[in-house]
Amino acid sequence: MRYLPKSPAERQQMLAAIGAKSIDELFSSIPERFRLREALKIPGPYSEAEIIQYFKDRAAENSNGYTSFLGAGIYNHLRSVVTDAIIQRGEFLTSYTPYQAEISQGTLQSIFEFQTLMCQLTGQEVANASMYDGSTATTEAVLMAERLTGRQRVLVARSVHPEYRDVLKTYAKNSGLRVEEIPFAANGTVDAQKLGNMLKDDVAAVVVQSPNFFGVIEPCAPLAEAAHASGTMFIVAVTEGVSLGLLRPPAEADIVAMEAQSFGLPPSYGGPFAGVIATRDKYVRQMPGRLAGQTTDSEGRRGFVLTLATREQHIRREKATSNICTNQALCALAAAVHLTLLGKAGLREVAEQNLSKARFALSELLKIPGVRRTFGAPYFNEFTIELPRSVKIVNSHLSREKIIGPFALGTAYPELTKHALVCVTETTPRAEIERFAGALKRALEQPI
Amino acid sequence: MTDKIKKAGRHISQNEGLIFEKSSPGKRAFELPPLDVPAADPAEALGPNHRREGVEGFPEVSEVEVLRHFTRLSTWNHAIDLGMYPLGSCTMKYNPRVNEFVARLDGIATEHPYQPQELSQGCLKILRLLEKCLLEITGMDAITLQPAAGAHGELTGMLLIRAYLQKQGNPRKKVLIPDSAHGTNPATAVIAGYEVENIKSESHGQIDVEKLRDQVTSDVAALMITNPSTLGIFEQRMTEIAEILHAKGALLYMDGANMNALAGVTRPGDLGVDVMHLNLHKTFSTPHGGGGPGAGPVAMKKILEPFRPVPILVEKEGGRLGLEPMRPDSIGRVKAFSGNFGVLVRALAYILAYGPEVRQATEDAVLNANYIRKQLEGVYELPYSLPTMHEVVFSDAIQKKNGVNTMDIAKRLIDYGFHPYTTAFPLIVPGALMIEPTESESKEECDLFVDAMKAIAEEAAATPEIVKTAPHSTRVRRLDEVGAARKPILRWKSAGQRNAAD
Repeated sequence: MRYLPKSPAERQQMLAAIGAKSIDELFSSIPERFRLREALKIPGPYSEAEIIQYFKDRAAENSNGYTSFLGAGIYNHLRSVVTDAIIQRGEFLTSYTPYQAEISQGTLQSIFEFQTLMCQLTGQEVANASMYDGSTATTEAVLMAERLTGRQRVLVARSVHPEYRDVLKTYAKNSGLRVEEIPFAANGTVDAQKLGNMLKDDVAAVVVQSPNFFGVIEPCAPLAEAAHASGTMFIVAVTEGVSLGLLRPPAEADIVAMEAQSFGLPPSYGGPFAGVIATRDKYVRQMPGRLAGQTTDSEGRRGFVLTLATREQHIRREKATSNICTNQALCALAAAVHLTLLGKAGLREVAEQNLSKARFALSELLKIPGVRRTFGAPYFNEFTIELPRSVKIVNSHLSREKIIGPFALGTAYPELTKHALVCVTETTPRAEIERFAGALKRALEQPI
Repeated sequence: MTDKIKKAGRHISQNEGLIFEKSSPGKRAFELPPLDVPAADPAEALGPNHRREGVEGFPEVSEVEVLRHFTRLSTWNHAIDLGMYPLGSCTMKYNPRVNEFVARLDGIATEHPYQPQELSQGCLKILRLLEKCLLEITGMDAITLQPAAGAHGELTGMLLIRAYLQKQGNPRKKVLIPDSAHGTNPATAVIAGYEVENIKSESHGQIDVEKLRDQVTSDVAALMITNPSTLGIFEQRMTEIAEILHAKGALLYMDGANMNALAGVTRPGDLGVDVMHLNLHKTFSTPHGGGGPGAGPVAMKKILEPFRPVPILVEKEGGRLGLEPMRPDSIGRVKAFSGNFGVLVRALAYILAYGPEVRQATEDAVLNANYIRKQLEGVYELPYSLPTMHEVVFSDAIQKKNGVNTMDIAKRLIDYGFHPYTTAFPLIVPGALMIEPTESESKEECDLFVDAMKAIAEEAAATPEIVKTAPHSTRVRRLDEVGAARKPILRWKSAGQRNAAD
């Protein structure tokens, strides 16, 4: 086997050194009757060429050749080849969690830079080294607010990603948290008046997403003010990080929970991505996840270490702020490299192109008879439209023209059947937007 | 440098500041294709309240500077690709490059989980085959690939147990956890809504089965056990332990962190385990990447199947596969979308490379651990003498007499060209040296490691100061961790920000 660096003779020498007659002797502590007699029934062994062929065959059964207008929490963006070149360096790819700081300075300094970039983007003072993804980061942000306020009621906007809300409910079920949902107003933003009625001094946190699941930008400042008036923490989830290149950061939030997928990570059928929690310095000791901090060595040189570990499970066990251990370090590194490549100007330009393309797409779609814009509030690179017939039927027509149509909102929002969430990024050429508009027009002209 | 240091030599280490310190306005590393639609005016499109000026402090550097910056940083890391990484409990094995290649294929890396399932059959087949392989390896009945890491899998497993017991009328109150367990176990049990009762190991490091009979009351939901334990010792009375729990209606959870000792040799499902997680970033070679991403599939017995988290992979008529978003008894969703798919792809590529020969990997892992144990026994104290599986735990008791502790020895090992073993864990061994070589090390590399450990033991006796002040060869010396925690500096600040703070 090509991954195993021993010859039969070496195995024998090692057994002899141990004083064992056979390899079986080394497994003598496993009761005889539980030791497998037969080979496992799994395919292989495959050569490298066979492995590549297997996965190429599977790739061919997916959506190659289609143009997609899906976003809904996962976004297609341009990625420089430099990012992959760096994260595939063995020194990053095949290193462990940097507990031994003296030989992990590369990982530690890059985490420190990642934390800094996340602070700069979100307008917060401290960010951690990553969580699993945006959904679990949002949930951990709520658990953090529960610890900080000692309250157990949580108000979550219905315009937060439905799967993020589902994850929160899963965690809440056993921790005594009561999760209630805040309706959205006619323009697609959080219904501020209803929120006002729900807010009492027993609410730990108000959670909104911006841009929200409908693509609409939330007015965070007044919502934060309302929350703070009840001593409630204001949490902002961000699923489309590129928006922060153009949008005012949610600096008034007490905690920002972000999905970093948009920063150089491919969709990869849903993961691995990287979640981020960013917050105020004063809340850092209730924060989950690893943190890299700057310090000096015994000769006065700058260096970096994992710090404030007394929050974490390997030290605090059942009293830890979270059970997270392995996070998404390499994805966070990819995000740091990607954002460093984009830089100040590049991030701005990507964000501006997204805005321009989305506006162009909406104007093209609104030319089609029967297509209406659902929500009036400003949007970034996603928007919601209403169609004169079922989104699913329309999408099956589009599929025949090699277009993956927009996300149908009806399943998660029964009041929004016939409404669809369209995403357009800098990767969508004008010609494809026009082809999509043409195909949608034809689909709507089909007899039912 | 002493002539005993055979593996490492002196090497240039280039200095490199923070990327923010290299920034200069106007430099750039990325250019976009020209915009092919009319440019929107952000002020008009977003309104006056939503716009921001450029991101304050964001770097402005060129492409070559970015590449050099991160490449230089990378050279400050130790890595599997450079040599042995004997971290106990972490299973730092070779990460095959073909796994990276296939995870990046067009049609694999490019797919969106919300695209129609008829356009996702390739992804779903990958998931299905991985499910089947892991079920065969574990001997369990059902599985979920959703969890993003080991601790996330633990939580999923404990929520399954809770839902199962709840369905029978009472979720119960307590979870029993041995004193040798990973810290994630107790932290997880608490998030799942349970109190933790720590149980003491008996004198050989095994679960005290006689005591366990009294500890398992009708309040106990489950025992979380790691097998082999963190001492690298197989729990020989596993089936008896399962019987004790089952007789009282409680379940047996197995932390699969040490599955590298068992794959292809024995199956947890046959040993009475009800539910377990696997760390694909340990046993199944997906790269650690400096701390993630991982994946923590959870395998279970039939009784827990109805409670699996959504979405659930199902086979439909005609062999088509689909993901079902709802199940009446499901614990719900543990993560958005469909698991850490890219990690699952890599794990399947690894399994396909071995097929049934995965047993050979397990045998070599156990062979390496026993070989190292044999050579170092007596040089370092061996607190528990039962047979070693994939890892061996020594203590620093002998070296302590000269004031040298496990951390000192670990740091000195760096000078010899090795990453340290795991220090000070498991907690039941004071001054633990926890060594897991994995199957990826040749006899030569094991011999070099043994020589290094023996040389350090000699130094600890003759010139302890050298060991206590190690490492001597790294670009930074021991770092002030106390100072880092006392006055945390967790991000870089621009001159403007620093002035504002003062």
